[in-house]
Amino acid sequence: MTSSVATLEPIQSASPRPESLSALIWRRFRRHRFAFFSAIILLLMIILVLAAPLSGYSATEQDPKNEFAKPSAEHWFGTDELGRDIFTRILYGGQISLAVGIFSTLFSLALGIVVGALSGYYGGWLDNVLMRITDTFLIMPVVFVLILFSALLRELPSLAAFRNSVWIVVVAIGAFAWMWPARLARGLILVLHEREFVSASRALGANDARLIFLRILPNSLGPLLVSATLQMAYAIITESGLSYLGFGIQPPTPSWGNILESAQVHIYRAPWLAVFPGVMIFITVMAINFIGDGLRDAFDPYVVHEK
Amino acid sequence: MLRGACFKFHVSSFRSRVTLFTCLLVYLFPFVPVYLYPMTTYISRRLLQAVPIMLLLSVFLFGVVRLMPGGPLAQAERNPNVTKEQLAAMRVRLGLDQPLPIQYAKWIRAFVFEGDWGYSIKFRRPVADMIWERLPATLLLFGIGFLVTLLIAIPIGVYSAIKPYSWFDNLVTTLSFAGQSVPVYWLGLLLIVVFYLNVKNPWGEGGLFPAGGMYTVGKEGDILDLIWHLVMPVIAVTVGWIAWYSRFLRSSMRDVLNEDYIRTARAKGLPLRLVHFRHGLRNALLPLVTLMALDLPAVFGGAVFIETIFSWPGMGRLFWDAARGRDYPVLLAVVMIQAALILFFNLIADILYGFLDPRIRYD
Repeated sequence: MTSSVATLEPIQSASPRPESLSALIWRRFRRHRFAFFSAIILLLMIILVLAAPLSGYSATEQDPKNEFAKPSAEHWFGTDELGRDIFTRILYGGQISLAVGIFSTLFSLALGIVVGALSGYYGGWLDNVLMRITDTFLIMPVVFVLILFSALLRELPSLAAFRNSVWIVVVAIGAFAWMWPARLARGLILVLHEREFVSASRALGANDARLIFLRILPNSLGPLLVSATLQMAYAIITESGLSYLGFGIQPPTPSWGNILESAQVHIYRAPWLAVFPGVMIFITVMAINFIGDGLRDAFDPYVVHEK
Repeated sequence: MLRGACFKFHVSSFRSRVTLFTCLLVYLFPFVPVYLYPMTTYISRRLLQAVPIMLLLSVFLFGVVRLMPGGPLAQAERNPNVTKEQLAAMRVRLGLDQPLPIQYAKWIRAFVFEGDWGYSIKFRRPVADMIWERLPATLLLFGIGFLVTLLIAIPIGVYSAIKPYSWFDNLVTTLSFAGQSVPVYWLGLLLIVVFYLNVKNPWGEGGLFPAGGMYTVGKEGDILDLIWHLVMPVIAVTVGWIAWYSRFLRSSMRDVLNEDYIRTARAKGLPLRLVHFRHGLRNALLPLVTLMALDLPAVFGGAVFIETIFSWPGMGRLFWDAARGRDYPVLLAVVMIQAALILFFNLIADILYGFLDPRIRYD
């Protein structure tokens, strides 16, 4: 029998460097089959949407002779009441919908992390005040308040330049979605700021901002990423919903939601119009949800894949 | 009597501190049994905590609505027949000449204590009447949706948890991701396309299910007709909830089934059915109570979509119509009432949790 030290040595020499964290996460993520395929589908979706100018039709130019054409080789998804090619409009609308999803996620996440970090790190009265504000936002009936808020932003004279801007929707959605990341970040900071590496960093003279943003937050990357996927799925559904109700992206700028809105008006004449934009929302949101699930498993050291 | 009750209370639960507050409760609720006092204290405390939240929300909403250009006098201002003097007089009559904080105080006092929720600009009627008219339809639709959800989600969740990673569980996992991702408004449109436009009603005119409304014209109050109209909205409402709750129940049930008391129950030789349903499910359902209360804002949000698509005469539809016509008093009142309902149901859920789980103590 060789000693245990002797058997350990060749293994260590075979892998001189330990696997990096990102490589480990990637390896674990890839093992989640649905999540991996979803990532590919989302990537394809983004490429497809960015390739919209290649379709040969315009998203806004009208062609009255061609209204309500059924899906054909010429117009893959048919045309709408103004003769516009639905496939092209869905691609351009996808650019808007995905961009709104990404930017409002970034906005709500940034706001939420700052609020949560302040609240969890400093505690005391600040924590109390911030958490009461969070509670207040949490009991708001979101869709109702969003309708009210986006209408307000549109009608404020000082914001007249942004009346039909996409940014209004981004801000509105982000401003009422930061509560969940805030609560998450607060919890993470409460747990982490008692840990040794944070104390060590503090003992070395790091200031609060450095501790929060360079020591604590990078160590809670996993939960924050998972929450980002949830936020993004929520933002895309909410943007389309708002546009569908007529309070989001304003025509003629297409978005998946307002294409659906015009589809509802003409549902008796052209029912196929209602199918395609929804399919795009559905596929995108489902892909994001699966990616979130994959990330959760990849970052969770206790998950054992049972297959 | 007050002193006696306080003394009794003090003796019966010496672990709680007897405060002036509890004495006040004894005085206010003489018929509440003494052992419920910790609970009553808890409820009162929660109600007191709800006050600042509601106030903050009302300030926020009041500010948003007041920032909106136009305001209550927009119509009068645009009318050329209304003179400057008349406008000024209207302003004074409506209290718009006073500073904003005073306007706010008057509004909130009227809202809470006098039941005066404002006056619709578009319909020229009190908002309170309009809301009371619409509330039953919303509660009916979502109450039934809730029941259907529980009836379907609980068996699915339990079976998935008992046989994890079986073909059934894997199928349900995939389906539940789909169910959580499908936008409720699109699902509603698809249902109309399929069950109204393509599948015809074999016994009458039109589609298999009606595309909208609560009753067929001329059949108001007919239960069968109501059920007929409920089918599609309820399906649209429940698909997402079933997906979400069955998933949640599965993981909650899996946690419970790993507990020691489940092992004990099985070791005693109890039939598995009893172990799963009496010992397992009962405990696994507990977190669902809290979850449902937390989901309420989203539930009310869904109402806007469902009621708009299916022309259901509820609060969501009322709000949507009011938002299109910029009818601010209606918008303000609807959001306030919904927030109050959400807070109320959150409180109910917390109290219910205490009743269901004896490990939770309120002292």
